[in-house]
Amino acid sequence: MASRASTVPTLDLATLATDPATRIVVCCGSGGVGKTTTAAALGLWAAEHGRKVVVLTIDPARRLAQSLGLTELDNTPRPVAGIDTSAGGSLDAMMLDMKRTFDEVVEHHAPRDKAAQILANPFYQAVSSSFAGTQEYMAMEKLGQLRAQAERDGRWDLVVVDTPPSRSALDFLDAPKRLGSFLDGRFIRLLAAPARAGSRAGLKVFSVGVNVATSTMSKLLGGEMLRDVQTFVAALDTMFGGFRERADQTYALLKDPETAFVVVAAPERDALREASFFAGRLEEEGMPLAGLVVNRVQRVAAPSLSASRALAAAEQLGDAEEKSTTASTTQGLLRLHAALAETAARQEAVARRFAAGHPGIPSVEVPAAAQDIHDLEGLRAVGSALTGG
Amino acid sequence: MPPAQPDLPKVRLHVVTGKGGTGKTTVASALALAMARRGRRVLLAEVEGRQGISQTFDIAPLGHRETRILHDRTGGELWGLSVDAKESLREYLQKFYKVGRAMSVLDRFGAVDFATTIAPGVRDVLLIGKVYEAAGRRTGKAGAPVYDAVVLDAPPTGRVARFLNVNAEVADVARVGPIRTQADSITRMLRSHTTAVHIVTLLEEMPVQETVDAQAELRAVGLPVGAIVVNQLRGPMLSAKALKQVSSSRTARLATGVAKDLESVRVRVTNGLVEGLLDDARQHADRVALERDQDAILRDLGRLMVRLPLLPEGTDAGGITVLAEALADQGML
Ligand SMILES: Nc1ncnc2c1ncn2[C@@H]1O[C@H](COP(=O)(O)OP(=O)(O)OP(=O)(O)O)[C@@H](O)[C@H]1O
Ligand SMILES: Nc1ncnc2c1ncn2[C@@H]1O[C@H](COP(=O)(O)OP(=O)(O)OP(=O)(O)O)[C@@H](O)[C@H]1O
Ligand SMILES: [Mg+2]
Ligand SMILES: [Mg+2]
Repeated sequence: MASRASTVPTLDLATLATDPATRIVVCCGSGGVGKTTTAAALGLWAAEHGRKVVVLTIDPARRLAQSLGLTELDNTPRPVAGIDTSAGGSLDAMMLDMKRTFDEVVEHHAPRDKAAQILANPFYQAVSSSFAGTQEYMAMEKLGQLRAQAERDGRWDLVVVDTPPSRSALDFLDAPKRLGSFLDGRFIRLLAAPARAGSRAGLKVFSVGVNVATSTMSKLLGGEMLRDVQTFVAALDTMFGGFRERADQTYALLKDPETAFVVVAAPERDALREASFFAGRLEEEGMPLAGLVVNRVQRVAAPSLSASRALAAAEQLGDAEEKSTTASTTQGLLRLHAALAETAARQEAVARRFAAGHPGIPSVEVPAAAQDIHDLEGLRAVGSALTGG
Repeated sequence: MPPAQPDLPKVRLHVVTGKGGTGKTTVASALALAMARRGRRVLLAEVEGRQGISQTFDIAPLGHRETRILHDRTGGELWGLSVDAKESLREYLQKFYKVGRAMSVLDRFGAVDFATTIAPGVRDVLLIGKVYEAAGRRTGKAGAPVYDAVVLDAPPTGRVARFLNVNAEVADVARVGPIRTQADSITRMLRSHTTAVHIVTLLEEMPVQETVDAQAELRAVGLPVGAIVVNQLRGPMLSAKALKQVSSSRTARLATGVAKDLESVRVRVTNGLVEGLLDDARQHADRVALERDQDAILRDLGRLMVRLPLLPEGTDAGGITVLAEALADQGML
C-alpha cells in the first residue's frame, strides 16, 4: 500500500463525504463489482460522521437488505436501526421499486382520469416493468425526488445512490435517453395521430407509407394492439412535457458540482477498462468524477514471505525424511500463502498499470473480506477502508 | 418431490442462463463444442449481439447468417449465429406474408424499431423465433433435422423466465394474429421434453440465490430446468485436517509446530509470520465452509449438478476444450 501511495493519488472519501458541499454521491460501475456495498458503506460512514444521509439502493442482496431494515418494498426511505448517531447524523435507506416510481410519476403529472387510463394500459404496464432502461430512468427520477425533498424539508443533507446492475456503467447514463426516445418514437407519434402527421407532410405518398406501416403492424400484432398503443400514446401526450423536463433536470443535477461520481471496479483488467471508459464519458459530459474504488483487493496477512520462497519451503518440507506432526499442515499453509500472494501481485500489477494510464484519477482500495458483506459491521469495515481509516 | 429431470441425451434445445458474469457464454460454448466433438451437428446461438461466441472461439464477428465455426474428425460440426431481431422480422415478414419488401417502408416510419425494441415481448418472440426455427428446421422432403442440437446463450437469470415465457409476454399486446400464433408454437416447444434450461452459478451467495429464484420462476411457467452448472471452482488449498486445525479455537500448539517446521527449512520466522499464515488460513477455512453451504443449497434443488474448475489461464488456448470434456464426463450431453 505504502509503495503505491507515492505514485497514485489517493481518493479521499473522508473529506468528500464530510464536506457539506457534497450533496449527492453516485456509485457506479459494471455488474457485480460492489456498487451496492460501496453505496451502503459510504452512506453509513457519512451518517456516523455527522451527515444526514439517505441511501437509495437497487436490488441489494437479501441479507444486506435485512440488515438495513429494507424489508418493506414501499418505495420510501426508512431509518436504519443500530447506527451510531453520536456525531449528530442519521441514516435512512430505501430500495428502489421501479414500477411504483413510474406509477407515481404518472399520477403526479397526468390529470386524474388520464392517469388511471395510462396505468391500466397494457403498453404502459409492459414498459414500466420490463423495458430495458426503465430501471435506470427510475433511479434517476428517484434521485431527483430525494434531492428535492432534502432541499424542501431538510431531512437529509446527503443522498447516496446505487446504480442498477448492468454490464456497463455507461448504461446508467444512456438508458434514460433510450427510454426517452422511445416515448418520443416516430412510429408511436404516427400511431397517435396519423391523420395529423399525414396532412402536415402534405404528401400523399407519406400517408400511403403510414398506411402500409400501420396495416402491416396490425396484421402482425392484431388490431387491438394498435388501439392500445394509440390510447397509451394519447394519454401519455398529456403529461409528456412534464416528464421530459423532469428527466432533463435530473440529468443537469448530475453535472452539478454538488454531485460526486464514485466508480467502483474489481482489480481485474476488464473491470478497470470499463471503469476507464466510464471516466472518459463522465469527463465528456462534464460530470464530476471523484475517483475510483478498487474493491475486493486480495491482501496477505504475512507479506514478508514471498510466493516463490513459500513454495520452495513447502517443497523442502515435503522432501524431508523426518516429518513432524504438523508438517503437512505447514505445507498447506505455505501453498495457500503462495497462491494468495500471487493473486495479490497480479492485482497490484493491473492496478498499477491502470494508475499509470490515468494519472488524474485518484483511487482507494478496499480489501476482499472473507465473507459477503451483509451486516452493519461488515459495512463499517468497508467504510473504514474507503475512507482510509 | 422435484419434477423429473429432462432426458438430456434427447434434448434438442439447450438454453444456458445464469447471473451476469458467471460463465453463461463459456458454458454454452463448451457444451456445444462437446457435442460437436462427438459427431453431432450443433448450432450455438446468442441473442444479445455481444459477440461472446466469436470472442470465445477467437473468430471473426458472427452475424445473422449461420457460420461454421469448426468441423470435427468425427464428422461433427459447430455452427455459430448471432440472432438479430430486425433480420428475424424481415425473414418473418417474407415467410408469412411475402412482404419482405415492406421492410423499407416499415423502417422509414420507425415501425421496425417499434417492433424490435419497444413493443413488449415482440423482440423476444423474434429472437427466440429464429432459434425455434433453426431447432425445427428440416432438410428436403424426408425431413431429417438440420441440427442435432441447438445451444442458446440466453439472457441472465433475472430476465430469462420472462424472455422464454414469450407467450405470456405478448399476450397483453397481441391477443390474436400471427405473432401470437408464433408465440404459442414456440411455447409448446420450450415446454416439451426436448428443451432444457441449464443454470450456471458460482458458489457465492448472490448467484446461488438467483439460481434458486430462477429455478422457481422457470418451474412456475412450466419450463424444464436441466443441469445446475457450478463454474469457476477452486479446490480447497488445505486438507480437511488442516482446515479443522486452523479453525479450532486453540491454535497455540499448532503455531509452535508450524514455527519449528518453517525453521527446519530455513524460513526466517519473523514476528507475526506464523500468525499471518494462520489468519489467512482461517479466512480460507471460512470461505470453504461458506462454499459448502452454498453447494448444499444447490444440491437441494434436486437437479443434475455439474462442476467446472476455475481455469488459471482463463478460457483461451484450449480452456474451452477442458470444460467441454468436463461437461461430457459429468453426464450433461
Ligand atoms: N470488499 C468486499 N469483500 C467481500 N465481499 C464483497 C466486497 N464487496 C462486495 N462484496 C460482495 O460481493 C457481492 C456483490 O456486491 P454488490 O451487490 O455490492 O455488487 P453490485 O455492483 O451492486 O452488483 P450488481 O451489479 O449485481 O448490482 C455481494 O455478495 C457483496 O457482499
Ligand atoms: N471455468 C472458468 N475458468 C476460468 N475463467 C472462466 C471460467 N468460466 C468463465 N471464465 C471467464 O469469466 C468471464 C465471464 O465468463 P462469460 O463471459 O462466459 O460469462 P457470462 O455469464 O456469459 O457473462 P455476461 O453476463 O457478461 O454475458 C470470462 O472472462 C471468461 O473467460
Ligand atoms: Mg447492486
Ligand atoms: Mg455472456
